[in-house]
Amino acid sequence: MRSRRSLTFLLFITPVVLWLFLLIVLPHVDLLLMSFHTEDDSGAMVWSLVNYLNFFQEPVYWRTFMRTAIYAILVTMITFAVSLPVAFYITKVVSPRFSGFLSLLLLMPFWVSELVRVYGWMILLRESGVLNHFLMVSGLLQRPVEMLYNDVTMVMGLVYTSMLFMVVPLISVLESLDDSLIEAAYDLGGGIFSIVTRIIIPHAMPGIMSGGIVVFMLTLGNYLTPNLIGGKNSLWFTEQIYNQFIASFNWNQGAAFGFLLLVLSSSIIWLGLKLTRQKLSQVVQ
Amino acid sequence: MIRSLPNTRPYTIGFKIYVGLFFSFLFLPLVVTCVLAFNDSPFPALPWKGFTLTWFTGDQPGRVGIFHDTVNLSAIWVSFKVAFWVSLLSTIVGTCGAFLFEQEQFRFKQALYFLMLAPLVVPGVILGISILLFANTLGVAVENTFNLDVPLFRPGFWLVVLGQFSFIATLVTLVVSARLKKFDRTLEEAALNLGANRLEVIWHITLKFLRPAIIGAGAVAFLMSFENFNTTLFLVGSEATLPITLYLQVRDGSTPVINAISFLLIVGTSLLALINLTFSRKKE
Repeated sequence: MRSRRSLTFLLFITPVVLWLFLLIVLPHVDLLLMSFHTEDDSGAMVWSLVNYLNFFQEPVYWRTFMRTAIYAILVTMITFAVSLPVAFYITKVVSPRFSGFLSLLLLMPFWVSELVRVYGWMILLRESGVLNHFLMVSGLLQRPVEMLYNDVTMVMGLVYTSMLFMVVPLISVLESLDDSLIEAAYDLGGGIFSIVTRIIIPHAMPGIMSGGIVVFMLTLGNYLTPNLIGGKNSLWFTEQIYNQFIASFNWNQGAAFGFLLLVLSSSIIWLGLKLTRQKLSQVVQ
Repeated sequence: MIRSLPNTRPYTIGFKIYVGLFFSFLFLPLVVTCVLAFNDSPFPALPWKGFTLTWFTGDQPGRVGIFHDTVNLSAIWVSFKVAFWVSLLSTIVGTCGAFLFEQEQFRFKQALYFLMLAPLVVPGVILGISILLFANTLGVAVENTFNLDVPLFRPGFWLVVLGQFSFIATLVTLVVSARLKKFDRTLEEAALNLGANRLEVIWHITLKFLRPAIIGAGAVAFLMSFENFNTTLFLVGSEATLPITLYLQVRDGSTPVINAISFLLIVGTSLLALINLTFSRKKE
């Protein structure tokens, strides 16, 4: 019996350990090691801090880094502000007959590839796009306006891309909110503002956190949206990584950038979890 | 405020307008993409020049539809192959993971569980570059010591499969674990008492119970793999997957063929989503 049990145990643990060590742990260790190496004059690999020094000395690198971080936080907050009323409407306001249908409808666009969604925005907003066509036909515009390639459009695109990951956790926490709490607050004379800030948001905190973490992580690591509809002269940090890897072929520098992005995303996620006293395993459920 | 409370008219109407705007915002780009796939114009733009199926079936020079477009067709085929292997591998390993974390006790279980969750919070781009670096390191090491050139370690088909598998397996593990939590273990005990060994119990009883979750997770894994861009970008070799091919086309200008492909993708994924949904409804 004892040996049988250990046989199945081995059967389960071997693929999992192989997966996690060969594809997750060792590659990230390699990433870290690579980032501390550089080629010396003879072309040999030597230990060095030059990749990180480059990052701090070259303003364009750390500015891109800060810009990416700040925009990712902004996108996360806008996504929350846009999603909360929708989640509230679906769980508490609309008649229960429609709420299932509406939440299904909500999921549909997110099954479709991100590329297709970004492409949809491109043909809507570009100079020869659909929106410009309607504005011209209706006489609101005399000549077409380029609505792509600026930061506002990029932020909108990023919010659009990651909205689902905020709405779904919000719906599930709001479903567990007892209506009578809101009724009681209302009977005691609470207005909308105080009900939202003192009942709904505190109750929804776990959902806000898990949505926020996923949205933040996805936005920070996004490449498609900033690349296709963002401004041409203002880079996203993932584009810097891509440039180092594919264009300049400086893998050590790229590794350092990758590691910095990883540190940024992990530390913000860690901070978020600490502030709300939650565990990663609860948040990802 | 809510259903059970009296609401003022402006509040209800305002809310309805907001949600209406939200849903139009959600669907507008998709609807426009689909509609323009049928416009008889060489550019995916208005004005409307009449209905056509050219961008699907056309084979005239300059008006080649998707069904005759060899570049995109082969990219779709590559994506299918990648998605097939990714969903196969990740359902097998993910199911092993679910059994491991739900039914086995061992040292460092918490640490391993945490490691299993890590791919969810690592940006896809980072996963891509670290796997690329590591494969390259291995390739160089193997070449120097054994004088062997192993194609697996260069960007290409199998590296894409492994890269996507590395985070999709986490998702499968979580989905299958959630189902395994609901499993009544007395059924296993009964079978063990009746003389089955542990592997027989798992094969005949536990896996039967898990089947809907495994199929559902496999479908999601397939879809995620088919659509993955971030991780694939760094690992792709000469055989580009569909998102990579489409990205290059979208970046350098666009033709209504891209709309036609998008239309097929939207219809295909919606169907898959519906199938997946009916499956998960059934298991409840």
